[in-house]
Amino acid sequence: MSDTALLLRGISKLFGTFRALDHVDIEIKRGTVHAVLGENGAGKTTLMNVLFGLYQPDEGEISLNGTVRAIPSPKQAMEMGIGMIHQHFMLVDTLTVAENVALGLPGQGATLKLQAITDRLTELSDEYGFDIDPHEEVWKLPIGMRQRVEILKVLFRDADIIILDEPTSVLAPNEISSFLDGLARLRDAGKTVIFITHKLDEVEAVADTVTIMRHGHVCAEVEVAKSDAREMARLMVGREVVHDRMDRGSASPGAVIFEARDLRVRDQRGIEALRGVSIDVRAGEVLGIAGVDGNGQAELANVVAGLLTPDSGRVLIDGEDVTASSVDDRRHKYALSYVPEDRHHTGLVLDFTIAQNAMLRDFNVPPFSKNGLVNTSHVRDVAQDWVERYDVRMRSIDQTVRFLSGGNQQKLIFAREVECDPRVFVVMQPCKGLDVGAIEAVQRTVMSQRAAGKAILYISTELEHIMTVADRIAVMCAGEITGILTPDEATDERIGTLMGGHAEEGAAAC
Amino acid sequence: MLALVRYTFALRPVWAVLLALLVGSGLILLAGVSPFAAYGELFKGAFLDYWGLAGTLVKTSPILLAGLAVILPLRAGLLNIGAEGQIYMGALFSAMAALLLPEMHPAIHIPVCILAGALGGGLWGLIPGYLKAYHGMNEVILTLLLNFIAINIVSYVAGGPMMQAGAPYPYSEEISQDLWLPWILPSTDAHAGVIFGVLLALIMFLVLRYSTVGFALDTIGKNATAARYAGIPVKRYVVGVMFAAGALGGLAGTFEVLGLKYRLYHHFSPGYGFDGIVVAFLATVNPLLAPLAAFFLAGLKAGALVMQRAVGLESTVIEAIKGLVIIFVAASLGLRYDAQKWAARLMRRRKRLDDELGDTFQARTRGEGR
Repeated sequence: MSDTALLLRGISKLFGTFRALDHVDIEIKRGTVHAVLGENGAGKTTLMNVLFGLYQPDEGEISLNGTVRAIPSPKQAMEMGIGMIHQHFMLVDTLTVAENVALGLPGQGATLKLQAITDRLTELSDEYGFDIDPHEEVWKLPIGMRQRVEILKVLFRDADIIILDEPTSVLAPNEISSFLDGLARLRDAGKTVIFITHKLDEVEAVADTVTIMRHGHVCAEVEVAKSDAREMARLMVGREVVHDRMDRGSASPGAVIFEARDLRVRDQRGIEALRGVSIDVRAGEVLGIAGVDGNGQAELANVVAGLLTPDSGRVLIDGEDVTASSVDDRRHKYALSYVPEDRHHTGLVLDFTIAQNAMLRDFNVPPFSKNGLVNTSHVRDVAQDWVERYDVRMRSIDQTVRFLSGGNQQKLIFAREVECDPRVFVVMQPCKGLDVGAIEAVQRTVMSQRAAGKAILYISTELEHIMTVADRIAVMCAGEITGILTPDEATDERIGTLMGGHAEEGAAAC
Repeated sequence: MLALVRYTFALRPVWAVLLALLVGSGLILLAGVSPFAAYGELFKGAFLDYWGLAGTLVKTSPILLAGLAVILPLRAGLLNIGAEGQIYMGALFSAMAALLLPEMHPAIHIPVCILAGALGGGLWGLIPGYLKAYHGMNEVILTLLLNFIAINIVSYVAGGPMMQAGAPYPYSEEISQDLWLPWILPSTDAHAGVIFGVLLALIMFLVLRYSTVGFALDTIGKNATAARYAGIPVKRYVVGVMFAAGALGGLAGTFEVLGLKYRLYHHFSPGYGFDGIVVAFLATVNPLLAPLAAFFLAGLKAGALVMQRAVGLESTVIEAIKGLVIIFVAASLGLRYDAQKWAARLMRRRKRLDDELGDTFQARTRGEGR
């Protein structure tokens, strides 16, 4: 028998015309920890869902232990010895550990043999040093322990190949290292572990091999021992496309309009998401914020937009302190516009019509409304005008936006946030999930705003996009700005160092 | 054709009511009475008879206002189960304003009593509104439990400090006749409360439809995150809308005191606040339809008594039918109109028809072409 546990050849998966996976080849050796590294949307999760039988590949073949197999469903995947641990736990909180394991266990008769399950769980827990009491109710366990319960669940079902989807994203920093130790013990016991992540330090700590994915392609497969964080970061953000930079016109930055001073904020887990961020943006300038996802960019955007109150630090627009201003004041008194990351849940009301969404930002001020009454005919005229000028493809402005494509939804948001003539324009991940045409439209709009002298904060994990539009690039890591470069200085190497800088310093909080 | 399907869908509460009455007729049959006779008496007693109509209108007033008290916050995604408590607090405050304030001209005193009632109910809505907005507590549980507190406060006041000396039953002194609301049907109990209710329903419809406040409430109801992003002060709206809803419920109680009872009784409302929830759903959360829904529900209640007397049906059967109406309407609202699905279905049908007819049709045209 070969030492290859899983072999993927030419796997492709299409959603509509979008290629989530494009001819992916991966070889996973038995008894190793194999990391799959990539940005959000790189296709990692899709790939794992293919392996677990949740999706069927449109092209390519999967070989399991040397024979070509189709994986028609998760149930069959489990029978083949593939277990998956999802990012969000599938546990019933009020049941005990043993009961959770028993739940849905195949081959059970009419009676529940809980004692046998408990005994075997105790055995497994001891074998892997998991320290789990099978009688404990799940809600009493900390998150890290619940994850071990999930792992025990797949071990109990005799899985040889264990897939973990972003396992550390829910863990507190002090839980991560013991989790990584657990992975190493699984490997030493002969299990094959596939581990999806976008965190470089974890890959360095535990993985034997790493596959780096971008845009549905495999762009590199590296032996971790022969590489380092800097190289992996470079490969992860690497630029395959030599982009002809947009016709940007001359840069003529004016006075500083937007300033953030020493912003600090804690997230729900009590971890500092922003650790003293200071930036400034001039009129007619695009400041790009680059960085691996989850390093404080979302918090920065929300603090700037007024949706999140910082623990300390100040936000200034035109020299005026707006830190305590409401969202409404920032929008109408200080002319701040914001394109949020999540267009479905934040940027739009999906059940509203196009016309209603068009007035979402400014419904409260003339000319959309006067004396508290909405000027419906004006709203409709404006919405009609915008959908034509911004090329929003739709049947009618009375259509709900739920049924628009992502690109058209984003064009509508851009029309709304730009036509109000802002002074400060914040965009967060504007190209996520868009096709090439829509991306170009978005970037053209950003450039026209730059030409109009707006101060623009462009936050994205897509380095290429930032390189295309930004005049300066600030790189964020672990809630700090690790460096600010001009696009000419921004070689892959330097950006990679700044993005993965924490790995060299060995800080664990990223 | 698609339009027809859409209208059929829009009227689904009506179909649900008819279906419920149909199922109810089975229950009536089981009780050994002719459904035709029973329903006939019910509708005659509720709507066709002068006195019966007056009785229906008397009940419409509190049910309609309670319905509006449920509809308004529901637009912002808040479920107000507390209209009953708000009715009691409204009655308490207006009765206090009527009995305890120094004498003044009725043209001033009546509005003062009405405002006091609105304020009382409003405060009872403000408490859950505040706790919901600023402490994230569940408004359904808060409003539900506040009902019991309000009912018992009124019982205490009507049976204690404000109880009429020597009354056989906990009720207050009678309010001055100058403060009684005018009647709308001569020599019946039907008072002007229902007119206020219809006016408020109309105002509410216009506000929700055309004002920025209505737009903000709908935005909060459909997507609170987007509302916050759009700069809508969501918390203040939640507090405000719960106060307004409470005030509407308070008015329901106020008009019971000023228009019908003329005293503060303990346990004076037979669950009008909960009928308000039924009205909100019957009217598909549209204030313009609320008067119709309230009138129908009030008629069912008033007619039930007549039916019981006339055909000797057990009142439990009527209660069961009321329950059926509620269940059927609630279920009907679960059906969603999906334009695309229906369009596709109609298209397929047309295509099938075309295919069947098409062969002969095409053969003929081809033949002509040759």
